Amino acid sequence: MEQLIQQFFNVDLMIEAAPLLLQGLGTTLLLCLAVVPLGLAGGLGVALAGTSRMRWLRIATMVFVDFFRAIPPLVLLIFVYSGLPFAGVQLDPFSAVCIAFLLNNSAYYGEIFRAGIESIGGGQRLAARSTGLSAWQSMRYVVLPQATRNVLPDLMSNTVEVVKLTSLASVVSLQELLYSADMARSITYNASPIVLAALMYLALLWPMIRLVARFERRLGASAGI
Amino acid sequence: MAEESILSIEKLRLSYGELEVLKGVDFDLAKSELAFLIGPSGSGKSSLLRCCNRLEEPSAGRVIVDGEEVTAPGVNLNQLRRRIGMVFQSFNLYPHLTALGNVTLALRKVLKKSRVEADDIACSVLERVGLKDKAGSYPNALSGGQQQRVAIARALALEPAIMLFDEPTSALDPELVNDVLAVMRELRETGMTMLVVSHEMGFARSAADRVAFMEDGVIVEQGSAEQIFGDPNCDRTRAFVRQIAH
Repeated sequence: MEQLIQQFFNVDLMIEAAPLLLQGLGTTLLLCLAVVPLGLAGGLGVALAGTSRMRWLRIATMVFVDFFRAIPPLVLLIFVYSGLPFAGVQLDPFSAVCIAFLLNNSAYYGEIFRAGIESIGGGQRLAARSTGLSAWQSMRYVVLPQATRNVLPDLMSNTVEVVKLTSLASVVSLQELLYSADMARSITYNASPIVLAALMYLALLWPMIRLVARFERRLGASAGI
Repeated sequence: MAEESILSIEKLRLSYGELEVLKGVDFDLAKSELAFLIGPSGSGKSSLLRCCNRLEEPSAGRVIVDGEEVTAPGVNLNQLRRRIGMVFQSFNLYPHLTALGNVTLALRKVLKKSRVEADDIACSVLERVGLKDKAGSYPNALSGGQQQRVAIARALALEPAIMLFDEPTSALDPELVNDVLAVMRELRETGMTMLVVSHEMGFARSAADRVAFMEDGVIVEQGSAEQIFGDPNCDRTRAFVRQIAH
């Protein structure tokens, strides 16, 4: 038992590793601040293209979405970081992660936004167009606000997934939380820093998960009217 | 009818693929006239209304509203549409906006009015439909009749030359119908030109200048409410009128 606590919950080691891990946490947060808005914007673009009146655009979007949902994000990331240099494109780890995540997340966020847009009845758009709003204005002021509200829990739980996936960045030597924790583990030869990293992820994501659950309940209740 | 024509429909046709919904409709509406459009479901009444502002794209024919050809290629449809008020059977209010927000959206985005100016206009129009005190309410807090009156206000705020009503009372509980009809009657008294798809025979008798019976994509017969409901020329009209009189 004593052994177990020494290996996994060594508080002294955790305190010692904390500054390094906090620095990693900072990079993780910075990464999230980049990839979440990028993914949301990309997803919105994908959803608009996917519900466009132009058939070729819808088909191209479908191919894009299917492709990037089928490629494992880790494969995509390693390809962007280590594969593209063979084509003369050399990216720093941060940019490589942003690009790989943009492609992957746009597909997922895009599907969520599309479901939201399709949940809004045609009557809304008819009413908007009948008052002289353009197709884009109808989308922007009438359809999208309702669509986003309807899929808010899904957007948020996908964001939780994205935050977790940022740990993949460790494989391209971006010094985010997991990378820092693993570095501390190899220096101390002890698993406690990894446990500490897990606790930090938990502290970061648990409130978000609670919030999603609350939104889901509230939306479920209002849909019942 | 020597008066100026507000709506003029000429040889209008509409097809969905193989199916021809409108088979050459001619119809005219003079300024301040109120016409009722009746007919069995699937006869093309709603489609005809939607062709007037090109929410449906007609396959042939012309529609002219207040001197401007709606069906002309390259016409500024958004500026024209706001001159053609439309009221829907299921209200179609924007649920994420208050009554005021519903009325001001097009004022601000299409007519480019400032928020203050748009709010002013919206308040006075909401007052006109008897809902000034509900300006801050969201649609789900309003009764069906109130929602439909907000929908009328939303169209009215844009100062349309004509108002199109697509079964405005048929989704309402009977006790709420009169509120909406009262607003329509008030509109008529102030000289609004109106084309109404509805089977409210009592209202048609008391308020309509003209009733047109439509079946199978054409206008079969038109005349005064008394004549159409009391002594129609056409057997099909008589059969239909007998049905809805129950």
